[in-house]
Amino acid sequence: MSRNPYVRPVSKTTWYMRNGRYRKYMLREVTCLLVGFYSFFTICALAILAGGSAEAWNSFLASQQNGFWIGFHAIALIFFLVYMTFDWFKLAPKALPLQLGEQKAPEIYIVVVHYVAWIVVSAIVFWLAGVI
Amino acid sequence: MAIAKKSVVWGLFAAGGTVTAFLFPALIALFLLVATGNVPDGLQFETFHAFAAGWFGKIVLFFVISFSLWHASHRLRVVFHDFGVRQDKFIARAVYLVAAIGTVLTAYYLYAIR
Repeated sequence: MSRNPYVRPVSKTTWYMRNGRYRKYMLREVTCLLVGFYSFFTICALAILAGGSAEAWNSFLASQQNGFWIGFHAIALIFFLVYMTFDWFKLAPKALPLQLGEQKAPEIYIVVVHYVAWIVVSAIVFWLAGVI
Repeated sequence: MAIAKKSVVWGLFAAGGTVTAFLFPALIALFLLVATGNVPDGLQFETFHAFAAGWFGKIVLFFVISFSLWHASHRLRVVFHDFGVRQDKFIARAVYLVAAIGTVLTAYYLYAIR
């Protein structure tokens, strides 16, 4: 006669609150909501652009010029940088280990390359947008 | 078959993750600039319309938006699981459907910008 195995109860909905690493993982994963939101925001902009009216475009831009959107974008930017971009770069050497001959390239090299590439890519975006 | 499907979803997820990690901070910063009233020259109607009308702009916009959407939907599917929603089949269909709709809309609007 065997006894039932002991199953430690783990909450399905709040399990990540037990540990800081799990919380950080969840914060990174929920940034997908921001990605989805900004993707559809950009699609809306394309829809207005496809309409071909400069006035509609200008009123679309003007409708965002208020404190709510300044706050929203500022918080989204910081949240995204801290929990998605920087975290993704930190994980990069684990996902893309670089073999050089017998040894693996030091992790810090791969991370630094990612940061440099990120600065270059951001500069290209700002250049295309006419900011710099 | 299951393995083949999985690799497609995973590939889109990884490509989208890289695209979003690299590009979204700059993108959100541009939205922030617009919100503060400092609309960059490249986002004025004439210049942005010309950018989206050219083949380079179309390719960039299409791949950035669609990769980001597929990345976000795959991640959202996992997030639902993590928050205790276990109807994975339904969630998967719903999130991938939204990504597919977004991809088609992007292609359509880009086609319409001429």
